Amino acid sequence: MKLGILFNGIVAAILAIPLVRYILSPVSHGRKGAYQSWFALGDLAQFPAGQTRLATYKNPYVNLWDGMTGDVACWVRHIEGANFQVFAVNCAHLGCPVRWFPQSGLFMCPCHGGVYYQDGSRASGPPERGLFEHHYKVENGKLWIKAGEMPTPGMVSGIPGGKPPCA
Amino acid sequence: MRLIKQLGEWFDARLQIGATLRETAEHPVPRETASWFYVFGSAAVVVFILQIFSGIMLALIYVPSAGEAWNSLQTLNHEVTLGWFARAVHGWGSEFMVAIVLLHMVQVFWFGAYKYPRELTWVVGVFLLVMTLGMAFTGQVLRFDQDAYWGLGIGASISSRVPIIGPPIVNLMLGGPIIAGATLSRFFALHVFVLPGLLIAFVGLHLLMVIKLGINEWPMPGRIVRKATYVKEYHELTNKDGIPFVPSAVWKDLFFAAFILLAIGACAAYFGPFGPGGEPNPTIIQTAPKPDFFFLWIYAVLSLLPPSMETPALLVGPVVGIVLLLLLPFVSSEGEKSWQRRPVAVLLILLLAVAFGTFTRRAEHAPWSPVMDAWSGKPIPPQFLRNRTALERQGALVFQAKQCHNCHALGNEGGERGPALDNVAVSMTRDQLIRQVIQGGGNMPAYGKNLSPAETTALVTFLQTLRPPGQRPARDAARDAANGPAGALSSPVR
Repeated sequence: MKLGILFNGIVAAILAIPLVRYILSPVSHGRKGAYQSWFALGDLAQFPAGQTRLATYKNPYVNLWDGMTGDVACWVRHIEGANFQVFAVNCAHLGCPVRWFPQSGLFMCPCHGGVYYQDGSRASGPPERGLFEHHYKVENGKLWIKAGEMPTPGMVSGIPGGKPPCA
Repeated sequence: MRLIKQLGEWFDARLQIGATLRETAEHPVPRETASWFYVFGSAAVVVFILQIFSGIMLALIYVPSAGEAWNSLQTLNHEVTLGWFARAVHGWGSEFMVAIVLLHMVQVFWFGAYKYPRELTWVVGVFLLVMTLGMAFTGQVLRFDQDAYWGLGIGASISSRVPIIGPPIVNLMLGGPIIAGATLSRFFALHVFVLPGLLIAFVGLHLLMVIKLGINEWPMPGRIVRKATYVKEYHELTNKDGIPFVPSAVWKDLFFAAFILLAIGACAAYFGPFGPGGEPNPTIIQTAPKPDFFFLWIYAVLSLLPPSMETPALLVGPVVGIVLLLLLPFVSSEGEKSWQRRPVAVLLILLLAVAFGTFTRRAEHAPWSPVMDAWSGKPIPPQFLRNRTALERQGALVFQAKQCHNCHALGNEGGERGPALDNVAVSMTRDQLIRQVIQGGGNMPAYGKNLSPAETTALVTFLQTLRPPGQRPARDAARDAANGPAGALSSPVR
C-alpha cells in the first residue's frame, strides 16, 4: 500500500515537472529577453519634427492566428534632429489607450482621466508615473524601436530592459 | 403505464438507486422553509444548467482564435439562424446567474444559515461565488471585442502590481508578451473547461451538504444555535412538524426557476445579445473601455481611490474580502439566527447594497472620464457667448481649442473630470484663474507651456464672465485696499 502510494508520487512528480515547465513557458521565454527586439518603425519622413504622431507596427513576437491583435500602436514624438520620444499607447495607470491632443499638448486617457504632458511626464490624474517609453535609434533614414511586450506598471522601468522613467 | 413501471423496476433492480432517490426527495424539511425566500439556490442551479447548454450551443460556431473570434460572433449575430438569440440567452443568463447567486448569498447571511453545522456549506458557497464571478469575467473576454481587449490590459496592469512576481504573472495570464491569440485560448480553456468543471464539482458538494445537513430552519428570535443541542433540536423540528421536500416545498422552487428562465428568455428576445463592440484592433485607440455590469463598481472604486492607496487596495482588498467571508461562519457559528436580533448583519447588508448601487451608478455615468470629443463636438452654450467682447469670445475659442471642455462642463455640457465652470468667476479672482491655468494643480495639468500670454489673457477674461447675471466677480480684498476704491470698480458688473 505504502509502496504503491510512493510509486505513484514519484511518477506524478516525473510527469509534473515537464508539464509545469510547459505551463510556465510564457514566463521563462520572456526571461531570456526573447520578447524584445529592434525593428524599423518607419521612415523618418513619416514623423515631422515638432509633431507627435501615432505609429503602428506588427509585434515582433507574434503567432499566425493572432490576427489584428498582433498590431500594436505607439506615439512617436519627433522633438528635432535625431531626438525622438516613442511612447507606448498604454496609460501607466491601468493600460487604456491614451490619445494625443496637439492643441493643448496633452495625452489624455479615456478610462480614469490620466493626463500626460507632451514629453510623457505625468500631468494629472491617477497614474503614478509618466508614459512608458521605448528605446529608439535612427539608422539608414529609419526610426528603429525596441519593443515586443505590452508595458505594465509593475515592470521596474515600465519597459522590460528599458531605462528607468527618470534616467 | 404498466410497461413504464416494469421498465423502471428492471432498471432499479440493476442500478439500486430508486430507494435512495425517493428518500432524498421526500426527506422532511421544516414547514416554514416552503417559502419564497428559499428558492434562490435552486434557481441558481437551474440557470447554471441553462448556461451549460447555451454555452455548448455557442461553441458549435464560436472560434476561440484571436484572429477569428470577433468574426465568428458577427456570424452568430447576423448569419446563423437565431444565433443572436443563443448569444443573448447565454449573455442574459450570466447576468441573472450572478444576480441570483448574490441574492442567494444575501438570503443565507440574512437568515443566519451559515451557522453550525453549515459552516462548510457556506465556505463552499463562497468558492462558488468566486467561480461564478470568474465565469462572468472570462465570458466577457471571450466576447473578444475592444472592451474585452482593453479589459485584459487593465487586468494585466493590476496583476503586474503584485510585488516581485507581478510581471511573470502578466506573462502567465496573457500567455506571452502581449494580448493575443494565446491570451484568448487560455481564457477559453478557463471558461469552458476549468471553471465549469470546478463549478459542477463544487455545486455537487454544496447540494450534498444541503441534503445531508437539512435545509436551514426559519429563524425565530430566541431560538439559539448551540453546537451541543442544535442537531437534536433540528431533527425534532423536522420530525414533529416537517413536510416532505417533494412535493410540499419543491413546487415553489420549480415555479421560481421557471419564472427566471422566462425572464432570461424575455430579456434575450427583447434586448438581444451583448455586443460584440468594436473589433479588437489595438491600433484603434478611439475607445473608452468599460466593464460589464457586475464589475462596474470596481471601475468606480479604481477611479475614486487616491493613487497612493490604489495598489494596496487592488491587491489586498479582494484577499481580505474573501478571507472575511470564509471566516464568517467560524467567528459566529452559534447564537441567534433571526435578523430581528442581528442588527449589525442587517445594516451590513444595507451598507453593501447601497455601496454597490452607488458605485455602479457612478460608473455608468463615469464623471472621472474626460469627454474626449467635447472640445470638438460640444459647442459652448450660447448664453455664455451673448453680449461678450471680442477678447472674451477669443477666450471662449481658446477654451474649446485647448480641450478645456473635455474636463470642465459649461451649462451641463462637457466633461466632469474637473469642476463645472458656470460660476467660476464668483469663486476665483483673475489672479487665481491665471495661476490655476498656467501652473495647474489640484489634479489639473499645467497649461503654461501650451498657452501664449495672449491666449492666457483671452481665456481668463472669458472665465471672468462666467458668473450669474448681476453678480460681481470674485475680487482680492487686499488688492482693493492697495489700489483704492478705483480698483474695485475695474471689473464692472454686467
